[in-house]
Amino acid sequence: MANDNTKRPGREKGEILLEMRDLKIEGESDDIWHPIIKGINLTLRRGEVLGLIGESGAGKSTLGIAAMGFARPGCRFTGGSIVFDGIDMLKTSEEEKRKLRGSRISYVAQSAAAAFNPAHRLIDQTIETETQHGIRDSKSAVADAVDLYGRLRLPDPTTIGERYPHQVSGGQLQRVMTAMAITCRPDLIIFDEPTTALDVTTQVEVLASIRSIVEEFNTAAIYITHDLAVVAQMADRIMVLRHGKLVEESPTREMLSAPKEEYTKSLWAVRGLAKPEAHSDDTILSIEHVDAAYGNADKILDDVSVRIPRGRTVAVVGESGSGKSTLARVVTGLLPPSKGRVLFNGEPLPPALGQRDKEMLRRIQMIYQSPDTALNPRHRIYDVIGRPLNFYHGLTGPKLEQRIVDLLKMIELDESFIDRLPSEISGGQKQRVCIARALAAEPELIICDEVTSALDQIVQEEILKLLLRLQAEFDISYMFITHDIATVRAIADEIVVMNQGKVVEQGTKTEVLSPPYPAYTELLLSSVPEMDPDWLNNLLQKRQVKSE
Amino acid sequence: MNDASTLAKVPRARRSKAIAAWRELKKAPWSAWFGMIVLTGYIVVALFAPLIAPYGESEVVSPGSFDVWSAQYWFGTDQLGRDILSRMIYAARNSMGIAFAATAVAFITGGLLGIVAALLRGWVDQVASRLVDAVMAIPSLIFALMVLAIFEKTEVYHIILVIGFVDATRVFRLTRAVAMNVVSLDFVEAARLRGEGTGWIVRREIIPNIMPPLLTEFGLRYCFVFLTISALSFLGLGLQPPTADWGAMVKETATLFTYARDDFQAGITPLLPAGAIALLTVSINFIVDWFLHKTSGLRDGQ
Amino acid sequence: MLAARDAMHPILRTVLQRLALGLLTLFIVSVVISSLVEMLPGNFAKRILGQAATPETVAAFEKEIGLDKPALERYFVWVGDVVTGEFGSSFTSRVGYQRKVADLITPRLKNTLFLASMTAVIAVPLALFLGILAALYRNSWFDRMVNSATLTTISMPEFFMAYVLMLFLAVIWQIFPSLASVDHDTPLWERIYRCTLPALTLTLVIVAHMMRMTRAAIINLLASPYIEMARLKGMSKSRVIMRHALPNAWAPIVNVIAFNLAYLIVGVVVVEVVFTYPGIGQLMVDAVRTKDMPVVQACALIFAATYILLNLTADIISIATNPRLLHPR
Repeated sequence: MANDNTKRPGREKGEILLEMRDLKIEGESDDIWHPIIKGINLTLRRGEVLGLIGESGAGKSTLGIAAMGFARPGCRFTGGSIVFDGIDMLKTSEEEKRKLRGSRISYVAQSAAAAFNPAHRLIDQTIETETQHGIRDSKSAVADAVDLYGRLRLPDPTTIGERYPHQVSGGQLQRVMTAMAITCRPDLIIFDEPTTALDVTTQVEVLASIRSIVEEFNTAAIYITHDLAVVAQMADRIMVLRHGKLVEESPTREMLSAPKEEYTKSLWAVRGLAKPEAHSDDTILSIEHVDAAYGNADKILDDVSVRIPRGRTVAVVGESGSGKSTLARVVTGLLPPSKGRVLFNGEPLPPALGQRDKEMLRRIQMIYQSPDTALNPRHRIYDVIGRPLNFYHGLTGPKLEQRIVDLLKMIELDESFIDRLPSEISGGQKQRVCIARALAAEPELIICDEVTSALDQIVQEEILKLLLRLQAEFDISYMFITHDIATVRAIADEIVVMNQGKVVEQGTKTEVLSPPYPAYTELLLSSVPEMDPDWLNNLLQKRQVKSE
Repeated sequence: MNDASTLAKVPRARRSKAIAAWRELKKAPWSAWFGMIVLTGYIVVALFAPLIAPYGESEVVSPGSFDVWSAQYWFGTDQLGRDILSRMIYAARNSMGIAFAATAVAFITGGLLGIVAALLRGWVDQVASRLVDAVMAIPSLIFALMVLAIFEKTEVYHIILVIGFVDATRVFRLTRAVAMNVVSLDFVEAARLRGEGTGWIVRREIIPNIMPPLLTEFGLRYCFVFLTISALSFLGLGLQPPTADWGAMVKETATLFTYARDDFQAGITPLLPAGAIALLTVSINFIVDWFLHKTSGLRDGQ
Repeated sequence: MLAARDAMHPILRTVLQRLALGLLTLFIVSVVISSLVEMLPGNFAKRILGQAATPETVAAFEKEIGLDKPALERYFVWVGDVVTGEFGSSFTSRVGYQRKVADLITPRLKNTLFLASMTAVIAVPLALFLGILAALYRNSWFDRMVNSATLTTISMPEFFMAYVLMLFLAVIWQIFPSLASVDHDTPLWERIYRCTLPALTLTLVIVAHMMRMTRAAIINLLASPYIEMARLKGMSKSRVIMRHALPNAWAPIVNVIAFNLAYLIVGVVVVEVVFTYPGIGQLMVDAVRTKDMPVVQACALIFAATYILLNLTADIISIATNPRLLHPR
């Protein structure tokens, strides 16, 4: 594709295509209407790609879909205007809007697996827009769809359309959906987090496909995401949203090099963290040649050996299905290994949970990905933190209460939290409480399973900092499971790279993160989007050179 | 920070619960209010039946049969000359009490088994589920009829146990399903990793989280049990005379229908006990519907 | 995993699994039903024949209906009888005069099936129509009204509904007969006329349930992301429903229908008694009163088998319309 290696091929920016003025949208919950979009202005020219970025609940998806004059059930427009190519989308008839949808404005949903109808073939769904809007007959529509499949580098473009959605992988489905969006050569495509559900190595391919097609047809696009590095590759201009309001808006390069607002800066705070690595020869946990499987199914772990030094952090990195979470289950005893053993402080750990005594259980604690499911919604913080104190250390009465208050202080929450329920505190605070629960046991090793991936960027940074501080204070060792390289840089001393149940590479952070790489590590590391707007171009070019 | 005053400030009580409940109540729709008022009325009548009823439960007050409505016998008398109003009041006690007992039996057995099956999984769950599937294939009224056929004379506890047992299968299904959802959550795993015993996990982690759907189910189940027992009594196979029961009273006075053209009051007399059943179950359903709306996202639940 | 399993089409495999499961359930049901009689307290024959019966008559009676054999053998004889459609002998049999349960049941079963089909023909289309309408116009006044009305209806005992209809449509305005007495040579139209009130009662009972469940199923379906996608592709409302919702709606709808037709079984018993309709429900109630266990067992087994069959049919239709199974990877 791009033969220009420094910047995007020139795109023609034409007249104004879409204009929103002081748009207001409300949503309903519990019979009460509350604002989701609180007066936003947005301008998009022909051929321009606008990035909408923000954290969950910022209203970016609602805003994107509003460009089609569409409000999801339970939402309503309450003010402002949306003008698309001279048509007032809030005043025009439902029938007029219907004619525009799919043909002149199209939509690419986050989860292609859910957004494709399971009952119909992909090709039929791809060409449906054209044939139903009377743009083409089905024969030429099929020919065009096959052509598009080819351009999007789908395997077997002539036959892939004959398949049903469940017969195709997630990354391929997302590309088919992009083809479906472009069939009518719309003026505007709305991409609603199209790569969020994908692994990084798959994400690169989809990003490349989307960009090539948008450039080729000079289509205007709104690209919605929470990942700044992704939007940097796609957008000409970026709008940062928060709580339904615009925080900052500027051209991509400007935004990346000189963000004005504090909030914008905080969005990539985690990427700024980097822990200087430290070594230790004292081993706390050593996993030796472990195989594991669920029931009689295929092996999930295949001859895995990992060493965790005392007081240090070992990051276990891998994509979904790599076996990294299964490794945690083996260490905790939830899944006894079928082969191999786990040594803790040099002593073999009994393989099954039931065989371990209280003292062994106390020394290894776990923190989960989603604090929402890790806390019993019916237990007050007092119960959550108090239970391990009582269970392991026999604390009761005022002593117990005092210890809970101390622990709350340690995780930077004040004592007023003691009487609250999980539903009454924020996601980041919940994760802190989970950390306090683990700390209450006074463990030597804490297994952190994707502990930051369900949190907003700014909260991620705070949690990582807290974990680092606690490690320095109490000499705790972490086994840190993650798929995010930025998090690895921020917290790890050593790295274990896993793929398909095997350890690909293990070493210190510097060793693993610098060349030479084993093939998979290179693929994984190079696929992680960077803040540089030219990253995708350079990467594609590099990969092309290599394959030639 | 660690002086006594700080600790005293830390509240432990669930002080706000009553206030929150009252706030919710004030927002309740008219249908739920209607249901609650009617249900309270029924409970009062059932509790104080001997004080309210003008005559005894099986007291023969009139020498003839099927006396017409009058100031003395508001709804007339039945085929044996017993006061229908009094019998309806006593029936509230019998019908509601027995249905409550049967529902309680269903919840204690079905609920406990359901939690155990969800926790243990494996063959225990398989065997229990297959057995429950089989019993559920026999509709509860049919099952009850079949079992009652065995006993020479139907006793109250037969009905309670039979209906309780049959409905326990439905409770088992639901409890198992909701408990399965809770068991798979991380906080239960966290408790297991901490080394907590099964009893503690069930009591502290699982039961508090499955209570809202189970409470709703209790209301619906109660209605269902109530209707099944009424149907049994109506068929003459439930509560045995002279015990008053709404279902049985419908059957006993059914002949009055034929006089509807001449004496409308007589004609609708059999509908009074039937209406008493309908009003109660409608009221409970209204309350449950509101509760469902409140507690779960299941706004359009079945 | 196994070559033999891979060779079989997933649909066939799943259907066979369900069939096996259905048979297993039926087997457990038959064991439950027959073992209940074994738990029977006291002497059956004595109870039937009266306390005055001599040991000789008791023995002869027991021999006549096979009560003298051991329990396990009786179970297999019974199952054998059931498989051949015999169901054994009624307790009303006397020496030299054997009454086959099958002969008692067959005409009654036909009557009940007639009533049930008549109800289904009215109720199923009506409930689906109302349910889909309520789902499409959810939260409208129509939806709210229908919701309150059905909530009220499902709370009422069947006999209440039956008597209200009888009071107005048979006694006060004498449009329909209050008793639905039919025999084998009642002509079809006369039969339909006489069955109107019982069928109407049953319709009221199950339409409410079926409608509520249809509404919930359709609302659930319409909330799918692919329905939103179809709307965002600019598809017309009718195309969204016909092309995108309907092909995925079969499984939930068929399940709703099967569930409610199974529910009809319970209603049938009470309604048949109210209208003294000579169906299998009334037969069962009579048999329970006279403690005629073979008839009770046979009726229970038929009811259970109907239930299992209905659910099995629903399962198989769901499987056969599931694209994941129709088009395996």
